Amino acid sequence: MSGSLNITAATVDPGLLDLPWALPLELWPEETIAALPKGISRHVVRFVNLSGYVVAIKETSAELAKREYDMLRTLQRLDIPCVDPVAVITNRTSATGEPLESVLVTRHLRFSLPYRAIYSQSLRPETATRLVDALAVLLVRLHVVGFFWGDVSLSNTLFRRDAGAFAAYLVDAETGQLYDGLSNGQRENDLEIARVNIAGELLDLQAGGRLDEDIDPVAISDGIVEKYRSLWKELTGTEVFDSSERWRINQRVERLNELGFDIEELAIRTDETGTQVRIQPKVVDAGHHSRRLLRLTGLDAQENQARRLLNDLDAYRLAFDKQDVDEEVVAHEWTARVFEPVIRAIPKELRGKLEPAEIFHQLLEHRWYLSQDSGRDVPLAEAMTSYIDTVLRHRRDEATIINPPTGTFTAPVDVLDDEDDWRSKV
Amino acid sequence: MASVTFDKATRLYPGSTRAAVDQIDLEVADGEFLVLVGPSGCGKSTTLRMLAGLEEVNDGRILIGDRDVTDVPPKDRDIAMVFQNYALYPHMTVAENMGFALKIAGVNKEERAARVLEAAKLLDLEPYLSRKPKALSGGQRQRVAMGRAIVRQPQVFLMDEPLSNLDAKLRVQTRTQIASLQRRLGVTTVYVTHDQTEALTMGDRIAVLKDGVLQQVGTPRDLYEAPKNVFVAGFIGSPAMNLFDADIVDGGLKFGTATAKVDRDTLGATSAKKVTIGVRPEDVKVATSGQGLPVEVDVVEELGADGYLYGHTEIDGNRVDIVARVDGRNHPNAGDKVVITPEPNHIHAFDSESGERLNKKAVVAS
Repeated sequence: MSGSLNITAATVDPGLLDLPWALPLELWPEETIAALPKGISRHVVRFVNLSGYVVAIKETSAELAKREYDMLRTLQRLDIPCVDPVAVITNRTSATGEPLESVLVTRHLRFSLPYRAIYSQSLRPETATRLVDALAVLLVRLHVVGFFWGDVSLSNTLFRRDAGAFAAYLVDAETGQLYDGLSNGQRENDLEIARVNIAGELLDLQAGGRLDEDIDPVAISDGIVEKYRSLWKELTGTEVFDSSERWRINQRVERLNELGFDIEELAIRTDETGTQVRIQPKVVDAGHHSRRLLRLTGLDAQENQARRLLNDLDAYRLAFDKQDVDEEVVAHEWTARVFEPVIRAIPKELRGKLEPAEIFHQLLEHRWYLSQDSGRDVPLAEAMTSYIDTVLRHRRDEATIINPPTGTFTAPVDVLDDEDDWRSKV
Repeated sequence: MASVTFDKATRLYPGSTRAAVDQIDLEVADGEFLVLVGPSGCGKSTTLRMLAGLEEVNDGRILIGDRDVTDVPPKDRDIAMVFQNYALYPHMTVAENMGFALKIAGVNKEERAARVLEAAKLLDLEPYLSRKPKALSGGQRQRVAMGRAIVRQPQVFLMDEPLSNLDAKLRVQTRTQIASLQRRLGVTTVYVTHDQTEALTMGDRIAVLKDGVLQQVGTPRDLYEAPKNVFVAGFIGSPAMNLFDADIVDGGLKFGTATAKVDRDTLGATSAKKVTIGVRPEDVKVATSGQGLPVEVDVVEELGADGYLYGHTEIDGNRVDIVARVDGRNHPNAGDKVVITPEPNHIHAFDSESGERLNKKAVVAS
């Protein structure tokens, strides 16, 4: 390895140093590689096992690697769900002194899934719509902080299960730019890119026989426009009402909370006569329910999972008649008596199947169906046993699914071998 | 197809006192390949984004053909951003990859097939239409991506540093392909780059920007032989033109111990005692002795038949770097002391205060 290898990272995992940096990624020996990404990507990307976690390594120019590393760090600071940048490595040379491309190292998000790994046989309409909805939420959040993506697609997004829905994470920030604020033209352009790319991705699944017959790719991809616009309007739109209708301020806050957002700053203006009030959210933060759950229980979960857990917490409070007890105290009790026993009951070998909060959500669903079928209230412990044996045990492990990283490729291209179907690996 | 007009188009970012793009007046003729070039932060990408509808135009107008598009959303402007990370889909044929965006736009099947076929012919992709992208070479895949833009039959192609992600070899190849394809298609194209070589080799005309202000628009030859000011003179050409201040003396300009002849018209255009002199590396004569500007050689870069001598001299107590083209084999070496003179009548002169060009005529390079 070259003595002058240059690593930029917040903290360096020593395991990173031991990787065969003097070889082009394409030639890395099989034992270092967690799995070979299928298909063809703009850059060569490989996944490698480090101490207890998987990293994605992308070969690109030093300039682009640094830029994307900085961009991802900035997005993280802005609380945008995205992959975790680990390091940029430049000054690579081969054993014979030939310069090699720089790399960007990102950490694989546990329990995140590429869209093509979400379905087993073919993509169903409900799932497709949920993926598109999740992407719309991500796009709105990106636009709110002034990020123009430039390459919005399902392929450039990873999805985490979120209590029946999905939460989307940005994977590829290479084309992105951060501005003080986006013009309508920039937002519209990203939206159009999204619409065309999603349609292309779904048409590709259709051509490969992986799309449910009932899906109209164009209609599903059009769905992002509507979803995006309604959310954007709710988050940023100005509302004008009579000053006697001031309850509408609270109503707006509640609507945003329900959508999973908190208002950090609301501009309220009255006209000169004082008869009209104009309100507009200025700063909004996603994660209303996750934050509340974290504050009350210390549990970290996706937004809808958090909503689900909080509902169960409320039900617990009601069932045990603890409305007068301090919310924090009840939450602590619920965590210790309900949530943690459930999670502890999951056999160790099944813990890589799903995230704990997702398991809890699925368990609640399972109990509901069991109760309905048997016509009685099934206790949680009983439902748990049934859920583990009839559902969880038969699922695949989703903790570190990385294939396929993308279903598409962009010119110019580097070809990797792809003899095995990725589905054999998931 | 259509012309493009920037009519005093201005972009002022909120909170900024200086316009990112300042009252640009620019006409791109129907079918023309215009390159916007300049250093980073000069406003070239902003100018392109204004045309694309991605940036607000705070003042002035933008027209495509006769249509004022200043306030028209991007997707309704009938433009195509080429190479905008076009994905190729592995399970779709080349024809489907090229035509699917038309399907989304609601174009009927016959029309789609006709347009795809037409584009495939232009791109030499006809034999591959029913194949999957996997069976294509890298270059063919790139042409499929171009095909996606072509089938839309836009009025204008926009390209923002499309080659910046490519390695050097592919960049040169693709540069040629884009330029020749654009000529075959005859679609008005606005292309942004920071690379003046790319600009010189691709554009019918080049617009040079600096600090949001248009410096000069002209053919590559105009810019090379008659740069309008010191900035354009230094920016266009590689290695860059030698530029330094010189005293006006009887019969021309002081060039070390020699006098460089400059025509009367040129120096008549200023009343100052000094001008900024500009000599391209290929217009520098290098001798081992004699009259001229003494230069110490730092390094000689051999490029086969030719080479470039990089050295330095001192003018009025300041170090000035000098570049000269030399023979690839018979040339001085690092550490040598040489004397340089300009080829007669191959001198650009600029007002040393304003930087504006003083020569009335173009200076044809040797």
